[in-house]
Amino acid sequence: MSDLRHEGSSFLGSLRAAVTGARRRSRLPGPSAPGEVVTAARGVSLTLGAAPILRDVSVDVRAGELRALLGPNGAGKSSLLAVLTGDLDAEAGDVVVDGRALGAWTPTELALRRSVMLQHVSLSFPFTAVDVVRMGRSPWRGTPFESEDDVAVAEAMAATDVEHLADRHFTSLSGGEKARVALARVLAQRTALLLLDEPTAALDLKHQELVLQLARAHAAAGGAVVVVVHDLSLAAAYADQATVLARGRVVADGAPRDVLTAELLTDVYDYPVEIVDHPGGGAPIVLPRR
Amino acid sequence: MSAPVTSPAGAPQDGSAPVPDAAPDEGDRSARVGPAVGRGRRRAARWLTVGLGVALAVLTVVSGMTGQVPVSPAEVLGSLAHHLGLDWGPMPSHPQGENALWVVRFPRVVLAIVVGAALACSGALMQGVFGNPLAEPGVIGVSSGAAVGACAVIVTAGALVPGTWVAAAAFLGGLVTTFVVYALARAGGRTEVVTLVLTGIAVNAFAGGMLAFFTFVADPAAREQIVFWQLGSLGGATWKSVSIVLPIAAVGVTGAMLVRRRMDLLALGERAAQHLGVDVERLRQLVIVLVALLVSAGVAFTGIIAFVGLVVPHLVRMVCGPSHRTLIPASVLGGAVVLLAADLLARNAVANVELPLGMITSLVGGPFFFYLLRRTRSRQGGWA
Repeated sequence: MSDLRHEGSSFLGSLRAAVTGARRRSRLPGPSAPGEVVTAARGVSLTLGAAPILRDVSVDVRAGELRALLGPNGAGKSSLLAVLTGDLDAEAGDVVVDGRALGAWTPTELALRRSVMLQHVSLSFPFTAVDVVRMGRSPWRGTPFESEDDVAVAEAMAATDVEHLADRHFTSLSGGEKARVALARVLAQRTALLLLDEPTAALDLKHQELVLQLARAHAAAGGAVVVVVHDLSLAAAYADQATVLARGRVVADGAPRDVLTAELLTDVYDYPVEIVDHPGGGAPIVLPRR
Repeated sequence: MSAPVTSPAGAPQDGSAPVPDAAPDEGDRSARVGPAVGRGRRRAARWLTVGLGVALAVLTVVSGMTGQVPVSPAEVLGSLAHHLGLDWGPMPSHPQGENALWVVRFPRVVLAIVVGAALACSGALMQGVFGNPLAEPGVIGVSSGAAVGACAVIVTAGALVPGTWVAAAAFLGGLVTTFVVYALARAGGRTEVVTLVLTGIAVNAFAGGMLAFFTFVADPAAREQIVFWQLGSLGGATWKSVSIVLPIAAVGVTGAMLVRRRMDLLALGERAAQHLGVDVERLRQLVIVLVALLVSAGVAFTGIIAFVGLVVPHLVRMVCGPSHRTLIPASVLGGAVVLLAADLLARNAVANVELPLGMITSLVGGPFFFYLLRRTRSRQGGWA
């Protein structure tokens, strides 16, 4: 395994890697046992400019769980996600992916392990929706799993209900349609870990439910999902674990039923909140007091 | 006065040569609503490639025929065959025919092909790496930056400076300018149209000032060379200049072909591309060097020929979609065809007068730029 990294250390090796896109053999991910830590942040702190964004944040994400990241605007949810993806470097603390430090993986190897849906989805050129979904397969190029490309793309588009948009230009789609195509791209990447930043923000009621059902099914199949959502009832209904962030700190972590209490949420959101039991016996419903 | 008036009228006929080739494919675009867009685009790409290849061959023969010494098409082909070691077809009957072909016309044809290909390829790469369809070496000032580098060498070392030095200085100037524009014009992984255009104005203004300074201090011989530079012309084509420009352009185009799959992912933005396994930092450094190589090949002996890098990739995208897998090779071919056609026009639009090539491409490309600007502004974010 270590010899793979050596290849890139010589000048010629790095030149070749630059030209060919580091298409040397990547370490392929293996299956994770249920409950195994897939990715983790340990004691992470982050400051942007003068403002502290994250303070000593620790989160474990385990195989088989759907973890909701909750908290008010500016609490540090997206920043935590950016630290987990490696987009932002934490000043203190470590990020672990698949048993190794984040920096020990090449970008391609990371892309084989986790896929990311960002809050804002944009595209510079008018690719069709199916082209965009197919981009999700690019990390697998040159691996034995390349043969799954067509199936993965078709399944992802069926799952997110975007098959009828396949030949539309991505740039001509509505906000919700774009979000679903972006999610299809993420699913087509077929990684164990999904990091989703507000995937439901632009979606209608049906598709919100659909997306969280997908996330649920992904976790049930042995994957892991981290999802940022603002709809607390939605989180309560679907998440196994909830992490509540406020002012850059983790203020609660655990099963939604234990974490989502009226006192905590009232405090965190600085607005009176009440929890109502679902009349049909389902997950609790979180409502602002009106 | 009459010369510039006739050329804009004549320009659209010849200067935009790939349009007739693209026309049959426009029919395929009606099928775009159907489920077979991917296949339609691939078929369009194949037809476009074939069409451009044929156009290139025809234009090469026509360029060989055209000039003061008359040479028939069969003689052009015959002479080409003889030089390839084939005893086939007639040789030029005119006593100066062979010389006219091999000393004057063919170096010029090859230089037009190489420079056109390099400029169009650099435009396609630049648009990809800036995530902005209006990026073009001439528009954002990289060509001027390369020109400043070259003129600095011409002024300091005299008009008889070796061509390799000029090419090297153009490369350095282009590289520095590309880095500067890249650093200044980008925010959050992409470049807004307004920022890009304003940066272009600033860079072009500064480069213009430098060029004016060099023109002011230069001796008459060097001054003449600088003026010729700013007009853009293939008039100085020799096999020597071809032998310097061709390898540079070949390296640039080969590099572009190798990175073209990953360029598609950059359209998603830098963060998303990184999440898909692209080493974005490394890729963009590489692309910037490739752009500088291609631009320096495009200006080193021909001066500033604007808008080829803008118009060609856009026409290609209209026909076969934005994927760089087809965009890069088709732009290389298309750029060669466009510049060869434009040069033919420059030589023949007015009898016994050679019009500056850069003037013709600007007269065609300027309005096209306006059109794109309007189109991109009217559909915010939807770069079609």
